[in-house]
Amino acid sequence: MSGTTQERDLKLGRTPLVMGANDFTSVTDKVCDPVELDVRKTPMAWYIGFGVSLMLLGLLGAMIGWLFWKGVGVWGLNNPVGWAFDITNFVFWVGIGHAGTLISAILFLFRQRWRTSINRAAEAMTIFAVLCAATFPGIHVGRPWLIWWVFPLPYSQNMWPNFRSPLLWDVFAVSTYFLTSAIFWYLGMVPDLATLRDRAVGKVRQMIFGIVALGWRGSHRQWQRYEVAYLILAAIATPLVLSVHSVVSFDFATSQLPGWHTTIFPPYFVAGAIFSGFAMVLFLLVPCREWFGLKEMITMRHLENMCRIMLATGMMVGYAYGMEFFTAWYSGNKYESFAFINRALGPYWWAYWIMVSCNVIVPQIFWFKWARTNLPVMMVVTFLINVGMWFERFVIIVTSLARDFLPSSWGMFWPTHIDLLTLLGSFGLFFTLFLLFLRFLPMVAISEVKGVMPAAHPHGHGNHGGKGHEAGSFAPGH
Amino acid sequence: MSSVRQPITDSDPRVMAGFLAEYTTVDDLVRAAERVRDAGYQNWDCHSPFPVHGLDRAMGIKYTKLPIFILCCGLTGLATAVVLQWWMNAVDYPYLISGKPIYSFPANVPIIFELTVLFTAFGTLFGLLGFNKLPQWRHATFSSERFRRATQDRFFISVESNDPKFDREKTRTLLAGTNPSAIEELED
Repeated sequence: MSGTTQERDLKLGRTPLVMGANDFTSVTDKVCDPVELDVRKTPMAWYIGFGVSLMLLGLLGAMIGWLFWKGVGVWGLNNPVGWAFDITNFVFWVGIGHAGTLISAILFLFRQRWRTSINRAAEAMTIFAVLCAATFPGIHVGRPWLIWWVFPLPYSQNMWPNFRSPLLWDVFAVSTYFLTSAIFWYLGMVPDLATLRDRAVGKVRQMIFGIVALGWRGSHRQWQRYEVAYLILAAIATPLVLSVHSVVSFDFATSQLPGWHTTIFPPYFVAGAIFSGFAMVLFLLVPCREWFGLKEMITMRHLENMCRIMLATGMMVGYAYGMEFFTAWYSGNKYESFAFINRALGPYWWAYWIMVSCNVIVPQIFWFKWARTNLPVMMVVTFLINVGMWFERFVIIVTSLARDFLPSSWGMFWPTHIDLLTLLGSFGLFFTLFLLFLRFLPMVAISEVKGVMPAAHPHGHGNHGGKGHEAGSFAPGH
Repeated sequence: MSSVRQPITDSDPRVMAGFLAEYTTVDDLVRAAERVRDAGYQNWDCHSPFPVHGLDRAMGIKYTKLPIFILCCGLTGLATAVVLQWWMNAVDYPYLISGKPIYSFPANVPIIFELTVLFTAFGTLFGLLGFNKLPQWRHATFSSERFRRATQDRFFISVESNDPKFDREKTRTLLAGTNPSAIEELED
């Protein structure tokens, strides 16, 4: 990696990655200050947000408690629709997580250095979203206290799980994804935890950050291995993230249900996951950068790039919607054709058209630069994309189950209050964790941001020949 | 002076652990590292708030063997998944499903992939910590108040007193000639 990113940015007239007259000291201060704020000075807005999230989390707990007490009958499930909100929410939340890994791993491998200021928050989002996702398969089994049977553990029945079942693949894929993301996130944060340790004033704070920073001292011998380890984690997280949503799609694709049994599912699910995840990242970052004064690090260029990715992935999803119809017609299979006509024009037509409008039509606004640089527009669009992507999973799961081969076994699913409140409560879990993260951990990867600043590159040594940038000289045209 | 850690005074229980030189820019750090390298020191290190590229050569350190360790972990994961699925589903408790073969490799691929990744990830975590000798909550550099800026906005070179070439006077003179913004003695 050389120090030419800045030069290229200047040549192409791009905004630099870090704006304003920032040096290493000011970057550290800007990221750490909100985290180091005295507990008594926590802004009221955080308390309000946290209070609401905590209430929703309590709601989730109550709903799950009621579910465990009464059984899955409290949901609107029936025969034929045995999967509805539970698996919809699961796929929705896993999908949200994917953008975090895309930003932290795939963009890292592609040397997209603009990722550095947004990867930490995106990775945190991944972990919290996967936690929300993992809740649903855990609680949707009839006897949740036996969920540990999914793991190949020796126990008295002398049975092993069936490794040819996509549902078991899913267990392995999602657990691996969660653990790998958590390792990636934590290792990436160790140098920043050391920064917080070294800035800590109180004894307790120093102890806590001292323990979690593991005694990191920024030694170059440590940095060398750290960078190798980070690269390897990025390299394995990249196929992993593609595999996770592919495996999730196998849950459907390996069945024989019309509308599920299609080969387009893995890429279609992955594109949708990245699409919804970016929408969630942007939806969270736009307010955060305002509240935490991080506009110079999370710049309009970052936001614009994310809008572009959403435009691209939104079109892929749109292509998949179209291609499903084409394949259904081209297959000559009347059940398959019916499944798709039923999606668009059947009893769930409204869900289908919410999905198409939010996911395909709305993001087209990002063709225009004024929309890609307009914060209220971004907030509205990303919100709608999340709504649309939730409905996508609902449409796939429920419409296919509700009307399969025999009209005599058709049925309709309607959510109960418990269904709706459980979905709402899962947002409580997500936002509680995310707000705790924002309050106590650095939301921008400080050491990585420093590494993309011009002053971070030695001059006149080896082949890193630059023309002598100085700290602070970031203005375009300088 | 020998390489043994010497007490700073007879009554002081603290021992001299080495020198710490502080620099304000990356360029100073890299140039100083080249000087220390050329002087033939071994137990020394550079400290920076972010990885400084070009320091490997300036310090004369070799590429790490960490990737080989991680590869071994990944391959262990792969082998584990192959054997685990075969033994559990085809040997110990054979499943007959829809008349399909008892053992079919393609169905095992997803979990082979996942376990390879899982073992690689844990191998990376523990390999990195092990190779870097972390966690290490006690270290001579932590005795310096100044060193707190090593994770923020300053660059440091630490030379440990257990280095065979360490000499209180000569080492100090060497470091003083590298344009440091400060030099400190480390205690342990």
